[in-house]
Amino acid sequence: MNIVIIGATSAIAQAVAQRLAPQAQFFLVARSEKRLQAVATDLSVRGARAVTTHVVDLLDFAQHDATLDRAFQTLGKVDLILLSHGTLGDQQACEMSFAETERELRTNFLSVVSLLTTLANRLITQRHGTIAVVGSVAGDRGRTAYVYCAAKGATAIFCQGLRRRLFRHGVHLLTIKPGFVRTPMTAHFSQGRLFVSPQRVARDIVCAIHRKKNLLYTPWYWRWIMLAVKSLPEGLFKRMTF
Amino acid sequence: MAQFRSWGRYPRSEAVLYPLHWQEDPLPPTGEPMLAVGMGRSYGDVCLNHGGTLLLTRPLNRFIAFDPVAGCMTCEAGVTLGEVLDVIVPHGWFLPVTPGTQHVTVGGAIANDVHGKNHHRAGSFGAHLQRLALRRSDGLTYHCTATTHGDLFRATVGGLGLTGLILSAEFTLLPITSPMIAMESIRFDTLAEYFTLTRESDAGHEYTVAWIDAASCGSKTGRGLFLRGNHAIASGGNTRPAPAARPWQIPCTMPRGLINRTTMRCFNHLYWHRQRARRHHCEVHYRHFFYPLDGLAAWNRLYGPRGFFQYQCVVTQPAVVEEILRWVVRSGGSSLAVLKVFGNHPAPGLLSFARPGITLALDFPNRGHRLFSLLQTLDELVLADNGALYPAKDARMPPRLFTASFPHWPQFVPFIDPAFSSEFWQRVTATDKGAVS
Repeated sequence: MNIVIIGATSAIAQAVAQRLAPQAQFFLVARSEKRLQAVATDLSVRGARAVTTHVVDLLDFAQHDATLDRAFQTLGKVDLILLSHGTLGDQQACEMSFAETERELRTNFLSVVSLLTTLANRLITQRHGTIAVVGSVAGDRGRTAYVYCAAKGATAIFCQGLRRRLFRHGVHLLTIKPGFVRTPMTAHFSQGRLFVSPQRVARDIVCAIHRKKNLLYTPWYWRWIMLAVKSLPEGLFKRMTF
Repeated sequence: MAQFRSWGRYPRSEAVLYPLHWQEDPLPPTGEPMLAVGMGRSYGDVCLNHGGTLLLTRPLNRFIAFDPVAGCMTCEAGVTLGEVLDVIVPHGWFLPVTPGTQHVTVGGAIANDVHGKNHHRAGSFGAHLQRLALRRSDGLTYHCTATTHGDLFRATVGGLGLTGLILSAEFTLLPITSPMIAMESIRFDTLAEYFTLTRESDAGHEYTVAWIDAASCGSKTGRGLFLRGNHAIASGGNTRPAPAARPWQIPCTMPRGLINRTTMRCFNHLYWHRQRARRHHCEVHYRHFFYPLDGLAAWNRLYGPRGFFQYQCVVTQPAVVEEILRWVVRSGGSSLAVLKVFGNHPAPGLLSFARPGITLALDFPNRGHRLFSLLQTLDELVLADNGALYPAKDARMPPRLFTASFPHWPQFVPFIDPAFSSEFWQRVTATDKGAVS
């Protein structure tokens, strides 16, 4: 399997890559060279046939095409692309400054759009492949951290539309909506019962990739939690504090 | 603060959970004591730190290097032994020492200096450790081997996580030719028979262990099944499938009292009658042989909300084992009892538990006061025999039993990182109350 991972040092991406490692060829993209190297070595030991790393700051959109060019050159045919980069920004800072909000939206939404636009065309030419995008249950309804919610919600809708276009060309797109996962992004939360390990989420993601699912809530109960959250009347929801 | 439970689900404890994702991550700037914890598979309170910070090492689960020719593995401390096996077995290597579950981290295996069914041949896990990287609260990372920082190395092996945070480790592996184990299960009726069997078997078998019936009374006490095995020689094509990757799981905490005198007797009776023949030969996958309990995930939930205890001691005299069993059966029995004779290997760590003698591990549901008084009686028997209790399994030993079990502990104390502590350590070094009781 030839796999491209954007945001390869994220905890979820690492756990997915570890599960897919035996016999796979990877092209890993992330910001920190040192961390990327640690991930690459790990995957090689776990049985990956080849691992190529590429250091880039994804906020520099001009680099996106070149990055994907290199990925396709290195791997030839691409079977799976996982987009798992993102940040959980400072909501309060976003409330005080549009510049901060714009930065959040650029990281969590526009960079995904930029990558997907190029990727979609490449995979359509290839007439094969799966794109998996890590979104969030936060995208289902605007809550306290609404800038993040907006970015993830917009990503989900963009993916929904793109999936229809790709479907006609034999290309598949999976939207992943994880709940609370123990990652560096959520390290400052007080971690309750709903938190699960990246390994648990990765198990579901790999299964969903193989089964060509369209939308994955992971763990499964988030589908029902979010259904309840989405069904709350707005008049009640705006008074709630979570 | 969040609740954190060890495998025995006793005692209850709360701590700030602080995950470490990268080796270069700094230790948290906290005034409270810290303690690293991996899978939380130790039974008692060596992995608890009430009111302090627990450094979660599980995200440090990256392999660093594997030499499939020389059989040497280097990985971060949060990698589990199961993950190591998944990588090394296809290359013809096995863990030099493995405990009864594959769901422990390499860091935990070092900190508790775990032993396995091959102790008589291979010693404990620490004996195969080549080097380790240890982060201490002075901000430095110490690369320890038996010769460089040798004292710190010996303190950290079996050091219960008190000497700092283990970041990574390098250890040697055991060559194998197949993932199967050629095993033999032999019924025995008395402990005397067991000791004869183990004496005969230890020279010719890599792995030996026995299950004994410690719930049935009368002449049935001390009967059991003796298991011995060797790595099978590859016979070509005979690769039976590995057990299912996702085992059955106990879905929730079972009601209190599910494991009681009657169910314990039934279970032990059935287990004994599982095998009709006196001797039974077979070839099984290594996971069946080493990790039968991993086939039932979260089995500790069977013991209900109050949790359970494992009492694992090492004693020198067979008569003491018999005496312990008599007491156990008289007061209601043990749900699961395991017996093994250790070899004569020098201990790699200052606080290593495995030492020459006979080790007996007994599981008990937490029945409160009645159980505590039984275990106190057993403590006296162990003390009188100059035996020891295993910290990884303990949640209650009195300080004087700890100091008697680990005579090197005064040499260990200077290596404790001042920012690290554990509930276990505070309990066994409490001076006043426990010392007299």
